[in-house]
Amino acid sequence: MTTAETDIDVQGGEAPPKHKRFRMENWWGVLWVLPSLLAVMIFVYGFIAWTARVSVSKWKGLDPDYTFVGGENFVNLASDRRFHIDVVNTAIFTVVFVLGCLLIGLGLAILLDKGIRAEGFYRSLFLFPMAISFIVTGVVWRWLMNPAQGERLSGLNLLFDNLGLDFMINSWHATPTWGIAAVALPAVWQMSGYTMALYLAGLRGIPEALREAARVDGASEFQIYRRVIMPLLWPVTLAALIILGHSSLKVFDLIIALAGKQVALDVPAIYMWTTTFDGFFFGRGAAIGMVLLFSVAVLVIPYLWYSLRQEAEG
Amino acid sequence: MMRKTLRLLGLVLAIALVAAACGSDSDDTTTTTAGGTDDTTAPAEAGQVEVFSWWTGGGEAAGLDAMIAIFGETDPDIEFVNSAVAGGAGTNARAVLASRLQAGDPPDSWQGHAGQELIGTYVAADQIEPLNFLYDQEGWLDVMPETLIPLISKDGNIYSVPVNIHRANVLWANPTVLTDAGIEIPTTLDEFFTAMDTLKDGGMEAPLAMGEEWTTLHLLETIMLASMGPDGWDGLWDGSGAWDSAEVTKSLEDFAKILTYTNEDSSALSWQDAGQLVIDGSSAFNIMGDWQEGFFREIGSEPGTGYVWAATPGTGGNFQFLSDSFVLAKNAPNRDEAIAWLTVAGSLAGQDAFNPVKGSIPARSDGDRALYGEYLLSAMDDWASDRVVGSLTHGVVANDSWKSEINTAMGLFLLDGDVAAFQTALVAAAEASG
Repeated sequence: MTTAETDIDVQGGEAPPKHKRFRMENWWGVLWVLPSLLAVMIFVYGFIAWTARVSVSKWKGLDPDYTFVGGENFVNLASDRRFHIDVVNTAIFTVVFVLGCLLIGLGLAILLDKGIRAEGFYRSLFLFPMAISFIVTGVVWRWLMNPAQGERLSGLNLLFDNLGLDFMINSWHATPTWGIAAVALPAVWQMSGYTMALYLAGLRGIPEALREAARVDGASEFQIYRRVIMPLLWPVTLAALIILGHSSLKVFDLIIALAGKQVALDVPAIYMWTTTFDGFFFGRGAAIGMVLLFSVAVLVIPYLWYSLRQEAEG
Repeated sequence: MMRKTLRLLGLVLAIALVAAACGSDSDDTTTTTAGGTDDTTAPAEAGQVEVFSWWTGGGEAAGLDAMIAIFGETDPDIEFVNSAVAGGAGTNARAVLASRLQAGDPPDSWQGHAGQELIGTYVAADQIEPLNFLYDQEGWLDVMPETLIPLISKDGNIYSVPVNIHRANVLWANPTVLTDAGIEIPTTLDEFFTAMDTLKDGGMEAPLAMGEEWTTLHLLETIMLASMGPDGWDGLWDGSGAWDSAEVTKSLEDFAKILTYTNEDSSALSWQDAGQLVIDGSSAFNIMGDWQEGFFREIGSEPGTGYVWAATPGTGGNFQFLSDSFVLAKNAPNRDEAIAWLTVAGSLAGQDAFNPVKGSIPARSDGDRALYGEYLLSAMDDWASDRVVGSLTHGVVANDSWKSEINTAMGLFLLDGDVAAFQTALVAAAEASG
């Protein structure tokens, strides 16, 4: 078996081992990754470079205009009132979405980990929303979160009304300023099951012996979770944070399906789309794209660095 | 040995897949051929014409099919290639069209809103040809309103053939609600305010039904027209008027006042939902283009008893229009065939085939009156006699960049209600993109 050797070679990085006779196995490896390597080089990194070029051009209109204008598009964004709303909305959305998923996901995982009957059933039940696309979620929740008042109550508001919970009736995403938080609720509903799965895997990885040891030392159940389990789950939390955080920065489809294009619920990705393809401000759209890329990079790169270092140490 | 063979096989497969994926890019535009009535398989030499649109469903697609059938009769030798792209009220289609034009692969003819939306984008990019010769040859200047022509021209060149006309400045009202409240249909903005005050006093929360953000922009344009008059409105777009004038301030204040009569959940409603509120009597009025009539008919409401209409208060005598039109691509692969198509699109037969199905009126004033319903007949009368002014929301008066900046300014205004900031943003938009 030569598989193990090949693996080592692949992981060893770019420089191929300098054997006199370059082994066939290595060529196969290179050939296998070549198509995806090429595709990624062109369709990911090539287009990032091209977007970066457009973002410092004054391209507006159908005809490309690559005249270099330096950081003008970025400076304009800094004083763009709509972009300010985008940033605030993204911040609110991210906080509600990420915290909601982490808390609910952890809660569900702990409950399931207690060894209830038909655990598999519940696990699937909570995971299923993730199989739905954000567009479908958006359309369904558009009906559920209908903000109509008075005689036209419907969706969740009507449910609250029938249950006598009138104080819970609200205008959801039509609420000024905080409407975007309502948009984050369906996202929490959709992704908290996934977070639960991550935590559940983490919990299963913690040896029972550790809990036993803590119990022997006289720790209460709460203390066990607070002092033993949670610290051990930190890598899971970090991974969940990154996955949820970067998808919340890029949110687009959910808002379009739920609330359409409106400035009150605007986020950078929607502004990027409308200004580029409805308004033909290609330079500005590319600049928003670059800002998005940077903000995702700020989140992801430290994580990659951290996990690579962990691997190297481990 | 066996293993190597397998690997080789796998590699070959992978390469084939990649090649197939790349190759299919070039020919995956779903083109459906509609050969009209005769089912001839056109010889390869015979011409074809590729027409690009976003008419893929409902009355629009049915209307297009009706017009294609006429084309099949007049030009049986030409194969009609219908490259329609669905979705997003044309947003998707225009994004696809933009990339095709950038790649130098234009369809022969494509659909676009008549006016600056076409001119500002495609004339500026030198992608379409003037059609004056066709207007002269077919005598269209005699059968289309005189005030229409400047709105679809630039520097004396006419750039598209309008196939249908919709009216933007229409007030829809519930007659029962009006009678119960003892209100006549308002004809001026002041009467409009008074009527809605009466309704509010009578306990109606939102006398004016409004939908999502673009319908608010639609409302804005009709109110600005009412407040500024047709000359003031035209001046904003042809450069003779100033955006920082007191008249604009007044019109924006009128708009702000109008908004106080609208429903709070507007951002969650479509234009159909808003129309439904009028039919149900939850609201008395709705201001929307005349495609609203098609919706009213669809839900079984009767003109006269279920709904009544008038020009938006303060805009009587003005026909704020929008139109779908077809253009001739510069360097069209099949120029002669494209001209044949445009000839049909502007012909009486073509327009009378398309419009009764789509629920709009012909751009020509000589349409066959027997084919149209009660509302459309009144619109045809107004089209022939009124002054024609352009719509902003639907692409007549402003190019796409300008319109999208105005839309942003209005969206921000809906959040903060600051008229002065709104006007400043409008001035900036006019300077940057006008």
